[in-house]
Amino acid sequence: MSDMYRDLILEHHRYPHNYGTLDPHDVSQEEHNPLCGDRIRLDLRIADGKIAAVAFSGKGCAVSQAAASMLTDELIGMDLDAARAYSKDDVLELIGLPLDKNPVRLKCALLSLKAMKVGLYRYLGQQLDTDELD
Amino acid sequence: MHTPPFDIAAVRRDFPILQLPIERPVAFLDSASSSQKPEAVIAAQAAFYRTTNANVHRGVYQLSEQATYEFERARGRVALFINANSAREVIFTRNTTEAINLVAQSWGGSNLHPGDVILLSQMEHHSNIVPWQLLAQRTGASLRAIPSDSAGRLVLDDLDTLLQGVKLVAITHQSNVLGTINPVQNLATKAHAVGALILVDGAQSVPHMPTDVQALGIDFLAFSGHKMLAPTGVGVLWGRKALLDAMPPFLGGGSMIKTVTIEVSTYADVPARFEAGTPMIGEAIALGHAIDYLEAIGMANVAAYEESLGHYLLDQLAEVAGVTVYGPPIGPDRAAMASFTVDCAHPHDVAQVLDSEGVAVRAGHHCTQPLHAALDIPATARASCYLYNTTQDIDRLVAGLRKVTTLFA
Repeated sequence: MSDMYRDLILEHHRYPHNYGTLDPHDVSQEEHNPLCGDRIRLDLRIADGKIAAVAFSGKGCAVSQAAASMLTDELIGMDLDAARAYSKDDVLELIGLPLDKNPVRLKCALLSLKAMKVGLYRYLGQQLDTDELD
Repeated sequence: MHTPPFDIAAVRRDFPILQLPIERPVAFLDSASSSQKPEAVIAAQAAFYRTTNANVHRGVYQLSEQATYEFERARGRVALFINANSAREVIFTRNTTEAINLVAQSWGGSNLHPGDVILLSQMEHHSNIVPWQLLAQRTGASLRAIPSDSAGRLVLDDLDTLLQGVKLVAITHQSNVLGTINPVQNLATKAHAVGALILVDGAQSVPHMPTDVQALGIDFLAFSGHKMLAPTGVGVLWGRKALLDAMPPFLGGGSMIKTVTIEVSTYADVPARFEAGTPMIGEAIALGHAIDYLEAIGMANVAAYEESLGHYLLDQLAEVAGVTVYGPPIGPDRAAMASFTVDCAHPHDVAQVLDSEGVAVRAGHHCTQPLHAALDIPATARASCYLYNTTQDIDRLVAGLRKVTTLFA
């Protein structure tokens, strides 16, 4: 538990960064985890091939909300190509949780990544291969 | 806390997993999801594969004869356990879900017509909702649900109206979230009065209390072995013989036939008609041994002990600030389980912190999305007891919850 609820996770859970919605936005994508009812909406504003602004909203466990908070910090200013290539392992490294043997909690941690990828692919007119998120 | 009506220390020693130091011994409070298994059951399944393994109903050689004998003995044990009229009324399925699907496809497919109604309740598990939706889509029948009140009890004031046009009542005996024990005997009488049948989902009730299908006056009962000390992969459908005799097959294949030509087949008598293919032989035999174990303690004793545990569980949870418990207050219609939320933390986080304290609870919607929607919460954490739990397990739960409230406050 000391691992799962490090101060950094709790801090992002209590005081999430980039929380809210963007209006106008270029991308708005909501994803659910049907196992636990967690919900994340991720909004992106895109300019010059980069993510110019990002916001997330939703409800869920500390892991899903803190991961979304940390991911949005990373995404600001990121190239679309880099965002598209952002991986599950990148998220796990970012949040510092070894969830390889926690398949249930892994889905919580990756919910915001899924929203970003599904939304971005849709913006780019491409189809996401969801195997990328497994 | 009253003295348990059996030797609880001896019972705990019978369960190898309760002796494992998973950092420290686990306080296992998720038996409503799946129970732990005593050594006698594990050994019975292993002994089958070591000494008796062969297919059933096939060979004339001794191993097959012995396997068949033990498999059919298990069927007889199930029949006695629920006071069935005959072992022929007991069909082995994979689990409760498959037993309900069997009735939906076989009985429902040949008895329901456009305009007919299947009456469920708001507190059903998805396994007692989705099979009926599939059936309704196929037959033109529709679903209706008995609502529940804020205490988590069925609202039966308008039952006569709810029963109009109903051909089947499909209802849980014990809610897997609220712990409510529903008055199925009364519902059976009312259902029969309008010419409807009643199927009872006994997944949560059969492991925890004496079950008498004749006294309940019901028509079908579905339950799972793995929630009552037996392995996964074996469940039971009990049905009245006259109903089963009139029902067409569920799955086609070996064992369920009398004669087969390329064009047409005739079907075996029940229960074989509903047991296509090689069954779960070792698992069914182990279920028989799980029943032996439970009966040696006595189901009335199991129920009495769990009632006292349930009392303690609800009393202790009421002492923790910020915890909201769902379901009826402790009493004769309340089982020894509690689904709850904690003001400051999501159920997943609650379960994760409890896990780090060696306390195993379930978090999520527990396959009851309609009930959680009615309660207007996305998820709950659930602690559920069985005969091997103690007040110490509940004390550890409560200590863990105090950690949760400190951490997330």
